[in-house]
Amino acid sequence: MTRPLLEVRELKTHFSIGRGGFTRRKSVLKAVDGVSFSIHEGEVLSLVGESGCGKSTVGRTLTHLETATAGTAMFGGRDILNLSPAEFRPLRRDIQMIFQDPFASLNPRLSIEQMLAEPLFIHGLVRGRAEARERIAATLELVGMDAKSMSRHPHEFSGGQRQRIGIARVMILTPRLVIADEPVSALDVSIQAQVLNLIKRLQRDSGVSMLFISHDLGAVRHISDRVAVMYRGKLVETGRKRQIFEAPRHAYTRRLLASIPRLEKRIA
Amino acid sequence: MALLDIRDLDLRIARGRELLPVVQGVSLAVEENETLGIVGESGCGKSLTALAIMGLLEGSVVRIAGGSVHFRGRDLLALSPDERRRVMGDQMAMIFQEPMTSLNPVYRVGDQIREAILQHRRMSRKQARDRALDLLELVRIPDPLRRIDSFPHQMSGGQRQRVMIAMALACDPKLLIADEPTTALDVTVQKEVLELMRSLQARNGMSIVLISHDLGVVSEICDKVAVMYRGKIVEQASTSTLFSNMSHPYTLGLLGSIPSTDHDVEWLDAIPGRVPTLDEAVPGCAFHPRCFAANESCRSADPSASAVSPAHIVRCHFPQGSSS
Repeated sequence: MTRPLLEVRELKTHFSIGRGGFTRRKSVLKAVDGVSFSIHEGEVLSLVGESGCGKSTVGRTLTHLETATAGTAMFGGRDILNLSPAEFRPLRRDIQMIFQDPFASLNPRLSIEQMLAEPLFIHGLVRGRAEARERIAATLELVGMDAKSMSRHPHEFSGGQRQRIGIARVMILTPRLVIADEPVSALDVSIQAQVLNLIKRLQRDSGVSMLFISHDLGAVRHISDRVAVMYRGKLVETGRKRQIFEAPRHAYTRRLLASIPRLEKRIA
Repeated sequence: MALLDIRDLDLRIARGRELLPVVQGVSLAVEENETLGIVGESGCGKSLTALAIMGLLEGSVVRIAGGSVHFRGRDLLALSPDERRRVMGDQMAMIFQEPMTSLNPVYRVGDQIREAILQHRRMSRKQARDRALDLLELVRIPDPLRRIDSFPHQMSGGQRQRVMIAMALACDPKLLIADEPTTALDVTVQKEVLELMRSLQARNGMSIVLISHDLGVVSEICDKVAVMYRGKIVEQASTSTLFSNMSHPYTLGLLGSIPSTDHDVEWLDAIPGRVPTLDEAVPGCAFHPRCFAANESCRSADPSASAVSPAHIVRCHFPQGSSS
């Protein structure tokens, strides 16, 4: 097999929490505590776990939103954890993030066009406004939006449409790795299905690699090639999707799977 | 006679000078010891229906425009505020999605449960504290003797929801209304809370109205289910009938939208489009713009509720897969 696109080794992200009080003792929260995994070209790896397990911190550390305490993350032959902000900046185009709440990640004062044009100009991907507009129109259509919505503002869109815009802003940069952190959790059931299908189709068509971070085991089964189960800062089990769902080895994975309300047994 | 009997409930929301319908013609009955699930997406009117039952819409922008809500034979909508206060929290209680916003952060949980008891029962403070201890034990809070003096922020989300349930059960209500009680919880905790509700129901002989967006949760603990779309019940049946013979295209669409954890599907059967906003008038059946089975008659006439089999009611011109 070829070398993985991303190879994370013994990643640790610790936070120190000041306790105040008389003793001023500091305690350390080991949000991510020795996590290793790799993602190949065109592969979707899911990071699944319950709240507080550290799964989001993994994604945030890889995009420099948190600082790693230890470990390495090799991406395209370089350890991205050891890069200075200036050195990491050009890589931001290659490593893009989709967030849970699209409204919080969209600037309310910018039109959709301005919002999608910004990263194109920052990374020098277009030569002028006309070319930017063309790219924006094409990308909006790719995510199932009318190109005419370009001149409108985020508040004019529903939650599902906003998430589509968030995805457009990521895909317009043709990244090599997308980190999607609970991208459908805030959406209604019927809209979740639309957006999950969209993410799956865009991933297939573009061949982008993806780290899909979620607590939703159904969504994880739907979208991933491989799954890593996280519990209290550590990976307890990693495997092909079918192995995790059909022959889980770790007790925690089994407990997680046993907790899901099962519709199938009602339908059968 | 049903314990709770809702007939033709109509709720409207004041928007400028207009009154826009948010719940229309909702009729539901809950028998003793029965669990009814109300399922639907945001804005379908499921929570407003619950708030109307509990009399919590007073002073809000939502008006009760018609219908009746009978509880043990009494019309709740006709009660005076004083009479209502005697029923709520005593014979009927409600729990909400986010326990942290329903608990008072500056009081110890034991004192909050005690207050709920003393509202309705004559007993000493010591007796009420003992009762609060019993309740914490009942909802399986570990180490209740210590936990009774905890503040809400010192507890986990699951424990806080257990405290809310303890408070709701303070006076042994005949009816518990639970609005998305496990939505904010992790799956493993959700499972424990659902099991707790089920066992408490068996023990106390209580009816439950469970409001949820999650068909899976509903299928776990409900005897019957009502599916709501844009203010109307579009399908209603016993849980087993509903899951074996789903008839409304919207119910089918909801089910198709949920990715399975038991087998692989290439693409989800997503419902296209989105729920129309309140001020978007939709002629005919409100679901027709998103419906795979819609034709001309769906665009012109809103279907009425009809029984495809006894006790299986569907509001659709073209119910799917019915054996008739």
